[in-house]
Amino acid sequence: MAKKTQNKSLRSRFPSFGSKFLFFAILSLCLLVLDQRDNRLEFFRQSISTLIHPIYLIVDTPITLWNSIRELTKNQNKLLRENKALQFNQQLSDIKLQRFATLEAENLRLREILEATTRISNKFSIARIMSIDTDPFKHSILINKGKKDGIFQGQTLIDYKGVVGQITQVNLFSSKGILITDPNHAIPIEINRNGIRTIALGTGGFNNLKLPFLPNNTDIDEGDLLVTSGLGRAFPPGYPVAIVEHIELDPLEQFATISAKPLAALNQNREVILIWNSPQENDEETLSKK
Amino acid sequence: MKKHYLRNKAPFIFIIICCLALTIIPLPSSINIFRPNFITLIIIYLSINFPEKFNLGNAWMLGLLVDVTMGNLLGQNALALCVISYISVKFHLQFRIFPILQMSSIVFLLVGIHQFILFWINGVVGNEVIFIKYFGPILTSTLMWPLVVILLGKFKHVLQK
Repeated sequence: MAKKTQNKSLRSRFPSFGSKFLFFAILSLCLLVLDQRDNRLEFFRQSISTLIHPIYLIVDTPITLWNSIRELTKNQNKLLRENKALQFNQQLSDIKLQRFATLEAENLRLREILEATTRISNKFSIARIMSIDTDPFKHSILINKGKKDGIFQGQTLIDYKGVVGQITQVNLFSSKGILITDPNHAIPIEINRNGIRTIALGTGGFNNLKLPFLPNNTDIDEGDLLVTSGLGRAFPPGYPVAIVEHIELDPLEQFATISAKPLAALNQNREVILIWNSPQENDEETLSKK
Repeated sequence: MKKHYLRNKAPFIFIIICCLALTIIPLPSSINIFRPNFITLIIIYLSINFPEKFNLGNAWMLGLLVDVTMGNLLGQNALALCVISYISVKFHLQFRIFPILQMSSIVFLLVGIHQFILFWINGVVGNEVIFIKYFGPILTSTLMWPLVVILLGKFKHVLQK
């Protein structure tokens, strides 16, 4: 008798199991559609992200520990050599800076004459990369600064050499950034030599951007520097992005096939620099201009 | 009562945290393509051996966690892991008595289904997908399966409480 009831309870459990599966499947499909159509789940995502932040810390601790141990055990000779190299670099940059200071002053004066607004933002902050994305099709990074440090969505990330990407998601203690080489990323740029504007798309390779919208007769050479144009308001203007590496002209095609190499060391960095060039600031500027 | 409940769940939570940590440890990008899909393996193992304690709901929530950690579209891993958990729980009595080689081939199939669902969703959404790159985790996950079984077999008595 007991066995029979047990059987019955088991059997009565199984149909509900199927409907449970259906319920969860439909729920995840709803989530997929909601997340794809409009980013309404941002808050949900942020709260879960904050919840699992400790796991990132657990993963991150051995790496930081290893780094600090390596720093501690560096021998003196190496340190001296490094110090010398750094001093040399510092002197070089000082010399360059002298020139820039006068240039900046001149630029400011000229801009005042033209009644244009200044575009230099001077607030910077350095953040450490906590992890990179495990999905090989996505180039994104997680950094150790978040809402509590004043990070905002769309903020520009650079390193010592060029533009790295922008912030896509801000959590409480960390935030996620997309790299300029992500296949879904595009950055408005101009050729530094002559100011021709175009868009650079990510390809999924760390050393490769493509410029698909330039006609065959465009004035562009290998070795040209590409800088952000500041159009589209996502990036502040004037930061170096990439160097043109290869140009292929096919007379049958309307557009040239151009590839460029990003200047930032996208897959080697441990740190990135955040620039404060907030949209509110820009709005104020435009208002005051009126 | 609540304390007791927590003590029961603690080993599961510990294993899941370990798994999540394994999925987000940074690896060089050449090896990264072959990172075994530990979350799927753990869900298969737990669904087969403890279907009363670990089934669809848990798998779904774990999937959501994975989606958030990887920054994917929300729900894709939740859906895929739900399917895996459903199949594993449905056939857990058969799967339990399979020898390890036969079970490895089943794991190959299940991880394959998981990767295919991700591939499919990404394709529908319009992300760039290359099918070959989804194969790496299937192979390495299958190779990892015996190791997972042996390792978790040691903790089986703790989980069973």
